[in-house]
Amino acid sequence: MRKILKSVALVFSLMVSLLVLSSCGSKKEVKNTNAWTQAQKTDSLTWGVKADTKLFGLMNVKTSQIEGFDIDMAKALTKKMLGKDAKANFVQVTSQTRIPLLKNGNLDAIIATMTITDERKKVVDFSNSYFDAGQSLLVKKGSPIKNVQDLNKSGTKVIGVVGSNSVENIKKFAPKAQVIQLQDYAQALTALKSGQGAALTTDNGILFGMAVDNPNYQVVGKAFTKEPYGVAINKGQDDLKEHVNKALKELEKSGEYNKLIEKWFGNIAGFDYKEVER
Amino acid sequence: MINIVSSHSSELLSGLGQTVLCSLIALFFSLIIGSMFAIFEVLPNKILQTIGRIYVEVVRNIPLLVVTMFFYIVIPQYVVSIDGFVAGTIGLTIYTSAFIAETVRAGIQSVSGGQMEAARSNGMSYWQSMRYIVLPQAFKIVIPPLGNQFINLVKNSSVLAFVAGFDLMYVGNDIASTTFDTINSYLVVGVMYLIITMPLSYYMRYLEKRTNRGAA
Amino acid sequence: MKSFIDAYSAVNLMFLLKGLWITVEVSVISIVLSYILGGILGFVRYMRVKYLSAIVGFVIDLIRNLPLLLIFFFVYFGLPNLGLRIEILPSSVLALTVFESAMLAEIIRGGIESIPKGQMEGARANGLTYWEAMRYIILPQAQVRMIPALVSQFISLIKDTSLATIIMLPELMYHAQIIYGQNTNYIIPMFVALAVMYFVVCYALSLLSRYLEKRTRIQ
Repeated sequence: MRKILKSVALVFSLMVSLLVLSSCGSKKEVKNTNAWTQAQKTDSLTWGVKADTKLFGLMNVKTSQIEGFDIDMAKALTKKMLGKDAKANFVQVTSQTRIPLLKNGNLDAIIATMTITDERKKVVDFSNSYFDAGQSLLVKKGSPIKNVQDLNKSGTKVIGVVGSNSVENIKKFAPKAQVIQLQDYAQALTALKSGQGAALTTDNGILFGMAVDNPNYQVVGKAFTKEPYGVAINKGQDDLKEHVNKALKELEKSGEYNKLIEKWFGNIAGFDYKEVER
Repeated sequence: MINIVSSHSSELLSGLGQTVLCSLIALFFSLIIGSMFAIFEVLPNKILQTIGRIYVEVVRNIPLLVVTMFFYIVIPQYVVSIDGFVAGTIGLTIYTSAFIAETVRAGIQSVSGGQMEAARSNGMSYWQSMRYIVLPQAFKIVIPPLGNQFINLVKNSSVLAFVAGFDLMYVGNDIASTTFDTINSYLVVGVMYLIITMPLSYYMRYLEKRTNRGAA
Repeated sequence: MKSFIDAYSAVNLMFLLKGLWITVEVSVISIVLSYILGGILGFVRYMRVKYLSAIVGFVIDLIRNLPLLLIFFFVYFGLPNLGLRIEILPSSVLALTVFESAMLAEIIRGGIESIPKGQMEGARANGLTYWEAMRYIILPQAQVRMIPALVSQFISLIKDTSLATIIMLPELMYHAQIIYGQNTNYIIPMFVALAVMYFVVCYALSLLSRYLEKRTRIQ
């Protein structure tokens, strides 16, 4: 009996330690399954989306569903690519978690206010851009900060989100400012309201969404960068990428794209939705 | 892994510094606050006992993250503006003090009541016997468990990452999301935590064994 | 005051309770799993099997000395590299189980070791086998001694579920953050709700432990 238990324990603990070690050390990329054929087989796609970002992807407290432009785009793209009955599955991500989750195979694609950048292109592929954003600032009304240059003083704190491109940009545009990175946009906004920073920086679409609910805060300064959003797809998944691009083009041509833009951005004060229509 | 260490060594070191600093400050204050409430709980005074009990029970049963976020978000809006590092350190101090109070109280109570009686009958006042007889013995007993609380403190200080406290975990998040080499970044951070916690943990085990042997 | 009344609307309360349900669900599954796994690991350490116990002990020490946040990352980001998609909820359960069973293993080993050697010798002398002695004499006594430490570890586990917000587990803390992120007037009411809800769940568990302790002592 004692021997049996010993061997059971041996096998068990070996398994556990193997699991721990392999999960830590493994550098393997996602297995070379074709995400597109897989999607056709299951008639579904798994998208990484934001759940804390008004207008793009926000959790509705009443229904527990995520709603926003990114969500509608993901649904429309899925339908265009796989047919009417195809299902778009959503996994909530933050700017910090989205790339690791795509790379490790938990997601088929990311559609989560994600800017196409050269740095990111080294690790993931992007579709053509599906939305033209630009980085801007949100401040309390009456704040002395009018544009990004005003932030370039030592001791000035700027709030951003871990893993977002805007944090990298601010390091270039206002190198003297101290950047405070929080987990997501809900945290960032509450931190701004608690006076943890002089301004919150990210893309204008997101900021205008925040300003709608918080009339004491306003977006200042023109967009000082161009932030084209793209759908991120794993390297080597060219089939999936081509189909996303094709579906995107069709949506733009048919006018469905503009309808979605109007639905989400038509009534946002200060945001010229005609400018982003295609 | 080596790439990450060599290209981000200064950030990693400053993160490690913040982690250690915050843990030491929190340890110092939570020792004071924790011992205070522990003494409350053993004093022959019903009101103080109740205060001590309530403090420990309330703090022990609320997550550290809730306490820390409270200091980061609520306090600056209504009381005084504090940054993430301070908010995190206060949160850690309060959270840890409840556990230290429990540890110290158990230590005091394990010093037998006879010690106190003997000291009193030798003409010492309650406070003198507490100060010179009971507490020194109690502290000897509680050093290993206190050391374990400090290890917990170092690990728990990773909660500073939620409030931008510039600690090791925060630096790790930053490196992971700029290099996109997630697992290796966190492995480096993990090793750095282990450098602090592992030796401490083995030392505490050694102390524990020694005190046990001494007692037997 | 008005913000309190608005904040505790039926919709918001339902949303919080949904979060609380996930917290409880994840906690209960993780407690059961980590008690089993921790028990086995603790026993292996106690047995002092050649090499095996030392290896297990070292792995336990590694896990015990890492912040739980890192374990969440390793599980959620690392495990799928082996080819299996693992969703947020099972990842959270797995991370909590790995971490807490390492903590429990030490408690359980200590608990068994705290029973004097004479107990085993006496039982063996009375004709019981090693396993019978373990089962009927040592473990029941150890169990009683371990209750307080075990329960306080379980309470830690419940509190630690809040850290899973970092990988977007839709538990209580995360749901509260979503509510106050959308309307910052609700910040204080949400913190009050968080404190009360966590306190009620954790305190209920510690009351249960006190009851168990008393009952076993009377027996």
